[in-house]
Amino acid sequence: MTPASMMKGPDSLARPGRLQAATAWRAGGALALLAAIAVFPLIFTNALVTTIAVDTLIFVAAAAAWNIFSGYSGYISLGHAVFFGCGAYTVGIGARDWQVNGTAVFALIPLAGLVAVAVAVPFGLVALRVRRHTFVVVTIAVFFIFQLMAFNFSFTGGTTGVAAPFLVWNPSTYNDPFYYLALAIGVATIGLSWLIRGSRFGLQLRAIRDDEDRARGLGVRTMRVKLAAFMISAFVTGLLGGLWFYFITQVLPQSGFDPAFDLSVALMAFLGGLGTVSGPVLGALVLVPAQQYLTEQFTNDYLSQIVLGTLFLGVILLLPRGVIPTGSEKITSWRARRTGQAAAGQDAAGQAAAVIGPDAAASGPAAAPPGEPGAAAGPAGKESAR
Amino acid sequence: MSALLRAEQISKAFGGVQALSDCTVEVERGSITGLIGPNGSGKTTLFNVITGYEHVDAGDVYADDRKITNARPERAFALGIGRTFQLTRIFPRLTVMENMLVASQHRGGGRWRSPLARAGGQADRRRAMELLEFTGIAGHATALADTLSYGQRKLLELSYVLVADPAIVLLDEPAGGVNPSLIQHIAARIRDLNARGTTFLIVEHNMDFVMGLCDRVTVLDYGTVVASGTPEIIRNNPRVLDAYLGTTEEDDEPAP
Repeated sequence: MTPASMMKGPDSLARPGRLQAATAWRAGGALALLAAIAVFPLIFTNALVTTIAVDTLIFVAAAAAWNIFSGYSGYISLGHAVFFGCGAYTVGIGARDWQVNGTAVFALIPLAGLVAVAVAVPFGLVALRVRRHTFVVVTIAVFFIFQLMAFNFSFTGGTTGVAAPFLVWNPSTYNDPFYYLALAIGVATIGLSWLIRGSRFGLQLRAIRDDEDRARGLGVRTMRVKLAAFMISAFVTGLLGGLWFYFITQVLPQSGFDPAFDLSVALMAFLGGLGTVSGPVLGALVLVPAQQYLTEQFTNDYLSQIVLGTLFLGVILLLPRGVIPTGSEKITSWRARRTGQAAAGQDAAGQAAAVIGPDAAASGPAAAPPGEPGAAAGPAGKESAR
Repeated sequence: MSALLRAEQISKAFGGVQALSDCTVEVERGSITGLIGPNGSGKTTLFNVITGYEHVDAGDVYADDRKITNARPERAFALGIGRTFQLTRIFPRLTVMENMLVASQHRGGGRWRSPLARAGGQADRRRAMELLEFTGIAGHATALADTLSYGQRKLLELSYVLVADPAIVLLDEPAGGVNPSLIQHIAARIRDLNARGTTFLIVEHNMDFVMGLCDRVTVLDYGTVVASGTPEIIRNNPRVLDAYLGTTEEDDEPAP
């Protein structure tokens, strides 16, 4: 029962022994990875590195949360920055108007999640009535409405946005609380995503993805299921927005409601594998550091974007369903081919024994692979010779 | 009225096309009722109206004398009306077993189950396996539904509709596009289920299939019922032959 068995496909009924071993391996791997991530800021204390690490963890959680809705239901949302921005503005305005200071600010973060849910309900009730491309367009439209509102309302601070209260922490470990909070949200979201994928709720979501009308005809209350997933996804994204606000210490309309956020989370999930538990996580772990690295390497911002764009084109051409699904498929077919070759080898050996004939019966077992009696190998050899 | 399902004076138009007009169809409890008619006569539209995929312009649908006009598909299913689609619709990216479990979530009545509980308890899986064995595709339980052949998909669709123990099953061309031996297999399964109390309403073009299986047959043409009765009566009804073969007056006249 670890997040490690997450990339396991639907064939979990097959070969229990081998599967348990595989699950144990995955569990061990995930625990080792988690331990490494937990001690990471103690080893790499450079603020530049830990800043990238916090960013990465925020996107890990955001991509996993996005995937709970869009990946499982197939409704591609390009409006999740609405929840991120609402979360950021909620804590920003709360801290400003209620004069919250110091570590007490973190108490406002759950509120950010709740506000995002409150926004998700009317948003979902409208947008979830339409499907596919229309849904994508509606989410983009709602996103721009929110950005415009942030620009124009007075309580959001207009173009100057909202600034975070000053945090009196040791500057050398300033990033650590953010790091661990983002890690906790990320782990919880991945766990939730794994739980949902195997649950009745997750099955209903995936049924909706495959054929929504058919699912309705089998008793699935589709609107309720879609809206619930949308709200869960919004809650986590709102939390992250709140956390991010304190991390950056400021929110502006164009940074809180950032179109790049919409695209990034979607692309991370696509890269890793839409609808898998681990895919979006992998996508975020690769993309965020890569993006930061490229931006630093090529001081020309456009060049880094060209490199990223090329990467995406390559992924879409070579791994259209994402790294995790296509990769695991390749491994499965490679394994099947390998066992196939082994079987063919045994056949060939049996054939050799049969050709040598009764005179060489004594050498038959020796010619056959260990554990296979020559007598049994003989007929099998003839079989394949025919 | 002892009809298990009754569509009364249904009218439904799509723009200028009157798909159903004043159409009344009854299905007796425990029967296998056939619904035949030329292409475009409104058979599938009637199915869609009964199962809530289309709203009626006029008329009412009753299940067990309970008015269910324009009930949503999930409601119709909960009321014990299962259906299959003419172009088989399964969930291609779920396994065969998962396909079965989508429907099984509604067994067990009002008992509340946590949405985060794992899909498919032991009882649900056992029941699903029994049904897959019954229809003959149990060997594919762990395969992705996408890998099934067309005939196997038909059997899967029939299987998962049965999961929730529907009182009546509406089959839209169960024998369409499948080989003769599979047609026999499907017919045998329907007879078996009917003997155990499931009522059927079947749209089908294969006349041998309909005439061999159904107790009663209703014929639609241009959205209205032109005949209804036992297969023998229908077979010899001139209006049915007319609807199907399109006989003209000249044909009826004796040659000079």
